[in-house]
Amino acid sequence: MIDVVMPQMGESIVEGTLTRWLKKPGDKVERDEPLFEISTDKVDTEIPSPVAGTLAETLFEAGAVIGINTVVARINDGAAAADPAPAPAAEAPTLAPDKSVANPAVLEPTGPAPEAPPVPDPQASAPPPPAASAPTPSAAPAPAPAAEPAEAELGLLSPLVRKMARENNIDLATVKGTGAGGRITKEDLESAISAKAAPAPAPAPAAAAPAPAAAAPSAGAPPPPARAEAAKYRIEPMSTMRQKIAEHMLASQETSANVTTVHKVDMTNIAKLRDRQKDAFKAQYGYSLTFLPFVLAATAKALREFPIFNSSIDGKNIVYHNDINIGIAVALDGGLIVPVIQHADEKNVVGLQREVVDLAARARSKSLKPADIQGGTFSVTNFGSFGSVFATPMINQPNVAILGVGTVEKQPVVVNDAIAIRSMCYLANTFDHRLIDGALADQFTGRVKQLLENWSDSVL
Amino acid sequence: MLAPAVSRTCEVRDLGAMRWGAAYALQAELVGQRQRGEIGDQFLLVEHPHVVTMGRNGHASNVLASPEVLAATGIEYYETNRGGDVTYHGPGQLVGYPIVHLNEWKRDVHAYVRALEEVIIRTLADFGVTGERVAGATGVWVGEAKVCAIGVHLSRWVSSHGFALNVATDLQYFQYIVPCGLTKPVTSLRQLGVAASMDEVKSAVCRRFSEVYEYQ
Repeated sequence: MIDVVMPQMGESIVEGTLTRWLKKPGDKVERDEPLFEISTDKVDTEIPSPVAGTLAETLFEAGAVIGINTVVARINDGAAAADPAPAPAAEAPTLAPDKSVANPAVLEPTGPAPEAPPVPDPQASAPPPPAASAPTPSAAPAPAPAAEPAEAELGLLSPLVRKMARENNIDLATVKGTGAGGRITKEDLESAISAKAAPAPAPAPAAAAPAPAAAAPSAGAPPPPARAEAAKYRIEPMSTMRQKIAEHMLASQETSANVTTVHKVDMTNIAKLRDRQKDAFKAQYGYSLTFLPFVLAATAKALREFPIFNSSIDGKNIVYHNDINIGIAVALDGGLIVPVIQHADEKNVVGLQREVVDLAARARSKSLKPADIQGGTFSVTNFGSFGSVFATPMINQPNVAILGVGTVEKQPVVVNDAIAIRSMCYLANTFDHRLIDGALADQFTGRVKQLLENWSDSVL
Repeated sequence: MLAPAVSRTCEVRDLGAMRWGAAYALQAELVGQRQRGEIGDQFLLVEHPHVVTMGRNGHASNVLASPEVLAATGIEYYETNRGGDVTYHGPGQLVGYPIVHLNEWKRDVHAYVRALEEVIIRTLADFGVTGERVAGATGVWVGEAKVCAIGVHLSRWVSSHGFALNVATDLQYFQYIVPCGLTKPVTSLRQLGVAASMDEVKSAVCRRFSEVYEYQ
């Protein structure tokens, strides 16, 4: 057994931070293959293994600050006495993927890939054949999960043994203890792991595997059956961006207490106005007039009247923003962004429409400036443009509410006890219930509705 | 102290403008060649298109912009194996990647990083600017503001990554990150009133680099 110590990285350096394990207990390592990384003062250093063998024990977790010359890990170099494990056979299969884990060159694209070996090794990752290493028949038919049996059955187990068993999917009940009083030792586990990693000898699976289980995919049984039929799925690592979006979305959901209220708005006045003026508008300004700037104008006015919707939470304080800066969600290929219309309350419908067109175009051509996406105090998302009637938008943190605009469509509605055809739209307001109560949310949404339904100003 | 036993030389490669990913791949290749003794020390100089990179010790919270924002503003994003937290590179910033075998200089990561700071401090002095070290905050500072970020990776005593010196960087882009996790301002030679061209700064850096690391 060889000790690996924290190396001295310079004359004046007495300690370093272990930033990351590149191997885990039970892994085979080659001599000079990086074992772990340490960080000292903006320098990250890979520490290679002094010998070839099996990483037997790690004595610190990532993040630990460790003095120099302290033992950090132990490597079983095979010199340790009576180890019956068929070492050469066990070594072979894991070689290739390990190299790719350790080699930083695989980082080249955007992916943070190092944790996940890009080349799956069926022998290393597939569940073990049920009874490959099981001398007792008790483990029989089902591929027994490596649950940790009760202490009473197995005697005392060290945390290391438990950890190794868990990480290598070894059923401790199948391991014969050779320690004091039949206790399972680390060496026993290593033998079991080696036996598992080695291609299983022919007789074991044949004897133990019952007929139906033999058909299980990639059970790791002797010669892996050739895959004749087409793959049933494809595994692709998420891009870094996708992972980050996932984090952001969950973080938003965990931050605020989201509730959505929906109001039905009669947009007929605005639809008629738009129909009357859209050609002239296009001729005069060069871009089309949509419903969105009307919603933005009404929202900005309502935000001035209900300032809590234009706030954010800072600890136990409410920060009321004086400026009304409305973010508008713009869909991109593979993502979305929320550029901001600054001082939205100071702009008329023409100006708002101009900003919407400009920000969306620049978002899609990747030419937004930092200032274009900062300082939003409220958000509007126009999922109606994709045909959605209504949805429950996610709050764009640190805002406390977001207004979703559904598609505007003609519907039969009851007006003065008669059925009329009106241009209807649903407004969905998702608000942070930590700060805003339902009654207030409905007053605010109701105010936006009222402003839209009673719109009379000409645009041109 | 290990004194260099033989005369050491260093090859300077001016890569011009190169995407971060391509420069990273080149570094990885050169590090391997250097470890195997196929080449001598290398000093790469490069300007990257807009990119935000995250070091091994970085915290996602130090990237203030969402990935969507970064994408929409044409900024690439990478996670990397260098030391340090998040940083930004872009046009107008001189990035230097020394691939140096420390066995042939000093086997001392602190000495290496302090020397890198010294290269920048002497370069700044060439343009009349006083750069300083701040204890516990690797990099080079002018007053309260950081002008040069440093982050290094070592593999078998061969260095990669290095420094990023703001010559005429559009500092607006630093708004997207908390540089190195520190909420301190950043500055550039341009902002400090130095009108030197990128080429002038490059040749000063090369001269000072060779001096500090004792190349022939």
